[in-house]
Amino acid sequence: MRSTRDRRIAFVMILPSLFLLAIFVYGFIFATFQNSLTDWGEDRRAGSAMAAARQSGFVGIDNYRNLMTDALEFDFRTSMVNTFFYTIFFVGGCLFVGFVLAALLDMRIRFEGLFRTIFLFPMALSLVVTGTIWRWLYQPVGLNSLPERLFGLEPYSFNWINSRKRVLPFDWNDVPLYLTYIGLFILSILVFNYLIKRRWGAMGWALVIAGVLGFLQGVDFWTTTVWPQTLELDLRAFTPDAPPPGPEADMKGFQVALTGIIIAAVWQMAGYTMAMFLAGMRGVPDELREAARVDGCTELGVYWRVVLPQLRPVALSAMIILGHISLKSFDLIFAMSGKDNFQTLVPGIIVYSAFDNDRFARASAVAVVMLVLVCTVIIPYLWTQLRERRD
Amino acid sequence: MKKYISLFLTLLLALGLVGFAHAQDDDELSGELEIFSWWAGDEAPALEALIALYNEMHPNVEVINATVTGGSGVNARAVLKTRMLGGNPPDSFQVHAGEELTGTWVVADRMEDLTFMFEENGWFDVLPEDLLDTITYEGGVFSVPVNIHRSNVLWYLPETLDELGLEVPATIEEFLAVCPDIQAAGLTPLVVAEPWTVNHLWETIALGVLGAEGWNGIWTGETGVAGLTDVYATFLDVLECTNIDADAAGLSWQQATDRVIEGEAVFNIMGDWAAGYLTTTLGLEPGEDFGFAASFGTDGIFMWLSDSFGLPLGITNRENTLAWLELMLSIEGQNAFNTLKGSIPARVDAVEAAMDEYNAYLLSAADDWAVDVLVGSLAHGTAANERFMGDFGQTIEILLSTGNPQAAANAFAAICSQAAACGQ
Repeated sequence: MRSTRDRRIAFVMILPSLFLLAIFVYGFIFATFQNSLTDWGEDRRAGSAMAAARQSGFVGIDNYRNLMTDALEFDFRTSMVNTFFYTIFFVGGCLFVGFVLAALLDMRIRFEGLFRTIFLFPMALSLVVTGTIWRWLYQPVGLNSLPERLFGLEPYSFNWINSRKRVLPFDWNDVPLYLTYIGLFILSILVFNYLIKRRWGAMGWALVIAGVLGFLQGVDFWTTTVWPQTLELDLRAFTPDAPPPGPEADMKGFQVALTGIIIAAVWQMAGYTMAMFLAGMRGVPDELREAARVDGCTELGVYWRVVLPQLRPVALSAMIILGHISLKSFDLIFAMSGKDNFQTLVPGIIVYSAFDNDRFARASAVAVVMLVLVCTVIIPYLWTQLRERRD
Repeated sequence: MKKYISLFLTLLLALGLVGFAHAQDDDELSGELEIFSWWAGDEAPALEALIALYNEMHPNVEVINATVTGGSGVNARAVLKTRMLGGNPPDSFQVHAGEELTGTWVVADRMEDLTFMFEENGWFDVLPEDLLDTITYEGGVFSVPVNIHRSNVLWYLPETLDELGLEVPATIEEFLAVCPDIQAAGLTPLVVAEPWTVNHLWETIALGVLGAEGWNGIWTGETGVAGLTDVYATFLDVLECTNIDADAAGLSWQQATDRVIEGEAVFNIMGDWAAGYLTTTLGLEPGEDFGFAASFGTDGIFMWLSDSFGLPLGITNRENTLAWLELMLSIEGQNAFNTLKGSIPARVDAVEAAMDEYNAYLLSAADDWAVDVLVGSLAHGTAANERFMGDFGQTIEILLSTGNPQAAANAFAAICSQAAACGQ
């Protein structure tokens, strides 16, 4: 039992950093949130965003609603879709490459230390440096010309980071529909769980989700509040002869231009997952592998059926860490394709653009959306970690 | 030997005394002067020449050259806005003349009216009327233009045209007519690069479609959606003749110019900083090694942009800044700067004082500057405020993704309205 005096000293010791965090992290988060509820810089008819006496009024959640529904804010929605695909492929790529590298190093090869250093080394670079190097590599005289220079073949003409092509097209207006499908999918898994294992806890959750989904559909929540099906912009207010507003498709999809950026990002971070997996693999007792081998398991099978299941906590940590990095990504993309490329737009770049277009309220709203996304990844993780430690 | 040393020392002393006396003679300006700009790298020598001139005239002032790298001020703007909002303005900062200054800083009451300075120095008589109109806001003049660049210039290689048997197209229609033939020959008719160069192309095409009056009408609201729809429809046709769907987004403007020089592309529309790149960096002779003309359908119209400096309110070294502004619009200052920067002086009477130091392109541009109709550039901050310009790229993206000129024009009008950029 620690004495009260010790506790008091400890409290005084952390007080300065608590104070600084309160101002420079939580205070600023609050200020950003506050700004996101105003029209600071949104409507120039109200005055300049830079005025010494700031012209901004409270507009509630208008900025957030506009981000989701305004026809002119399609760039934000593009950035969300880009972040989604970028996160999936970046995290997936890092886990896959990292696992393969770790498995290869785990074979007790010679010069293991050297290879480990080589694969981990890209992480030592700043993302801006990585971005610049890879941008050069993607130039027509770079990687694409290698087949020509080495073997005299036709030069490769793929546009790694500036293709305008889009695959897997879908309409943003259908996103609520997809979310409902996903909800139903989770629901059915939970029901299935209940039927197989007779777990009442899961059934409770299933009933809650079913209730919420049913309620939202019942009150037409998706179509009226969050994502109106028509991304309408009443142009008659600006131009008398404009056509009446109607449902407007807002086509999204996986931008092919992201492939080059994903490759660079995986190159940078795969060494990190490799190190994590390798540490995890070294923690798997040799007896387990031996037993599997004795039972007639192939070497591949040992990794797939024995080692990999043991690495689940490591993989989860890696996913969380890489996932929140990619949700916040800015520097790599800024260095590789600049800030005006709609094909590779991510929310972080929209926030930075506030210094060009003075739309500080909108940028604050985007920043808050980013924060919420990162929180959905981080908070459950921290929560389970803390609970485990307490147990 | 000793004799020489003592002679040398005496000379040194004398020189020192002269220097000292010179410093004593000069005005009583002292302290510091902080100049904020994005002129680093290739553009730095021009700024340094101006600072050297200033140091000579006011040796007791310590000039702080605060540059933030990044072309067109992409990064400098963020730093400047943070400093201004934080109440720590630099003594003078670089900003594009026109709406980029007035629409952001003058309407925010952060700049001092310089009309008294223009009157004292007689600057109203040496600057073109159209330019003065643009830098005037509610009767006051707020910026000192140090240079002029032209936006609507077409660059080409005479040999390429000869090989294809082409004349320089005078209008957009003529260009669109020869475009399929050029494509059939395996060349890019018109080369574009990263997104801002597409905005740049848009403004020159809009000027070609609408003419000077129609262009100015966009910003007063007279041209309206109908005119803009025409512009976007033509622009879509022009984009068909470019590399926009291939590799444009990955090219810098220099790489686009290179394609013309290497004969892979026939035309490039770019501001006349390209002349500086072609002559200084590539060592080519204007008029001989490469050709230039007003962009399609804009002969006799000079679409200009200008780097300028102003006098922020709330600075500590106001007197030093006034001396800086005065130097920049003096004939001496204008020539010292522009001969190195590869632009022309804003003053119409400056070039004649240093004819030999300007190359053939710049001399021809200076002639045009004095006689052409002048209109402000959109892509470079003269014609519309930053709120508008920040979102303008969306209209191009709408055009490219929907192929619908009407939708793009509607979006233009909507952004205009939010940004209060097109009259009422």
